[in-house]
Amino acid sequence: MLEIRLHGRGGQGAVTSAELIAIAAINKGNFAQAFPSFGPERRGAPVVAFCRVDDRKINIRAKVYEPDVVIVLDPGLLSLLDPTEGMGEGGILILNTKKKPQEVVTAPGRSLKVVTVDANIIATEELGRPIVNTTMLGGFIRATGLIGIDDIKEPLLERFGKKLGERNLKAMERAYQEVSIGE
Amino acid sequence: MARQRKGIEVSIAMADAVAQANVDVIAAYPITPQTHIVEHLSEIVANGELDAEYVPVESEHSAMSVCCGSSAVGARTFTSTSSQGLALMAEIFYIAASMRLPMVMALANRSLSGPLSIWNDHTDTMMVRDAGWIHVFVENGQECYDNVFCGYRISEDPSVMLPLAINLDGFILTHMIEPVIYEDNETIRKYLPEVRMKNALHPDNPVSMGCFAMPEIYTEAQMNREQGILNSYPTIIKAWKEWGDLTGRYYHPIETYRTEDAEYCIVTMGSYGETAMEVVDALREEGEKVGVVKIRLWRPFPFEDFRRAVEGKKSLIVVDRAISFGGPGGPVALELRSALYGRPNAPAIVNYVAGLAGRDVARSDFRKIILEGKAKASKGETEGFTLYGLRG
Repeated sequence: MLEIRLHGRGGQGAVTSAELIAIAAINKGNFAQAFPSFGPERRGAPVVAFCRVDDRKINIRAKVYEPDVVIVLDPGLLSLLDPTEGMGEGGILILNTKKKPQEVVTAPGRSLKVVTVDANIIATEELGRPIVNTTMLGGFIRATGLIGIDDIKEPLLERFGKKLGERNLKAMERAYQEVSIGE
Repeated sequence: MARQRKGIEVSIAMADAVAQANVDVIAAYPITPQTHIVEHLSEIVANGELDAEYVPVESEHSAMSVCCGSSAVGARTFTSTSSQGLALMAEIFYIAASMRLPMVMALANRSLSGPLSIWNDHTDTMMVRDAGWIHVFVENGQECYDNVFCGYRISEDPSVMLPLAINLDGFILTHMIEPVIYEDNETIRKYLPEVRMKNALHPDNPVSMGCFAMPEIYTEAQMNREQGILNSYPTIIKAWKEWGDLTGRYYHPIETYRTEDAEYCIVTMGSYGETAMEVVDALREEGEKVGVVKIRLWRPFPFEDFRRAVEGKKSLIVVDRAISFGGPGGPVALELRSALYGRPNAPAIVNYVAGLAGRDVARSDFRKIILEGKAKASKGETEGFTLYGLRG
């Protein structure tokens, strides 16, 4: 089972990202869950969303505490919280940042694979605004190989409609190409 | 609609099931965490995909009143609520059962105020435990979907004629995206016939319903209610069996997991059963002889099924999601202690109340509850209850 935690701000679409990963995995015949950190939603406030993917039925009804993959949509969150909390050896940390993976400092004692995407630039160019949730999925797909771009196409177009969906898809494909993956 | 497996929010799947069940009247007032269910239904009706009356009432009290009226004229009726909404409709909730009015409610369980909280536990449903409704608890999205059809089959059966609540954990299930298998409409039609109520209100066949009762008849009316819900048991078994034969998914009043050779069991109701299974798997690896007993049918309480399921066990660790203040602890443990009282070699019962108002109960918590509970049982510490995770 792969457990994923997404950090974002209310309105950035962290929950939508989790949802798209889960639906793509389910459409492939896998089992998956996607759920928000339950509660009132406030635009701009830090939010967390969770996702689990497995090839058998998932029986856990609790939050993700030891994620294999963490996606951070908003670089500003890094000064507010430690996104690597609960991550184990070999975990994948995917950040929206201008930095290269080797420039990212994480707490010592654990070897994490750091993946960076300059998603603000990509999303602004492709969508006209820095809503990075779908862009960051390009980084996720490239870094984990859990699902392919093709798998996410259908749920993405269904979610956003053809016109906006295709622009989101383009942003995702660019991120897939431009992502920097650390050692 | 063809049979298909979908990645979908559980609330939406449940609303789709209600539409597939071809309901005639939906009356509801939105309240977190039930909102997505009724929002989606109002969309389905507004889009003309379902020929039904959607009555957007001004309160839950009115919602249940509309439901009583529509059920009384023989219409297939649905509503959904949570917490304070249920509290507001409580007056009419009781009346629905006493008038033997079939309907299905999705009760998205949420804590009752105060303090005000929107999160999940079972305090709302325990408030209406004694109203005379049939109460079913579900663990996942598929069970929510399936039990809409089973619910109508049971509720509208001429031998039952009682309202039925499907209890689903708020947020934990309502806001979860996961795989759900949708059955095709032909299967649904085969399983769930069009509603036909013998004594429905009609100008050509006038009857009186919901009359005032003098002391001379009130006792008999209550006995009718008690007998009615007890009589529903065989219909419930049959409805679940036939659904299983059609879809391969079988439901039982009490369900067990790895209990055959278990010396002790954790007992849950609702979505916690799944996490408990996962933790029991891990503990089994370590040699613990532990299993899970899950209560699916809460009312009518399946005493015999329960006693059979726990026969020969040393102890039961019961996880409640509500407190009966100043009483014996959790309502589920109270029920189980009473079911076993005075029986020779009955398992010892240790009661935990956990996960109030959405406090997360992780795998590590279940592990702690199970092992600590086992130790308490062996030391004979079986009085009262423990409020798990209470901060000092």
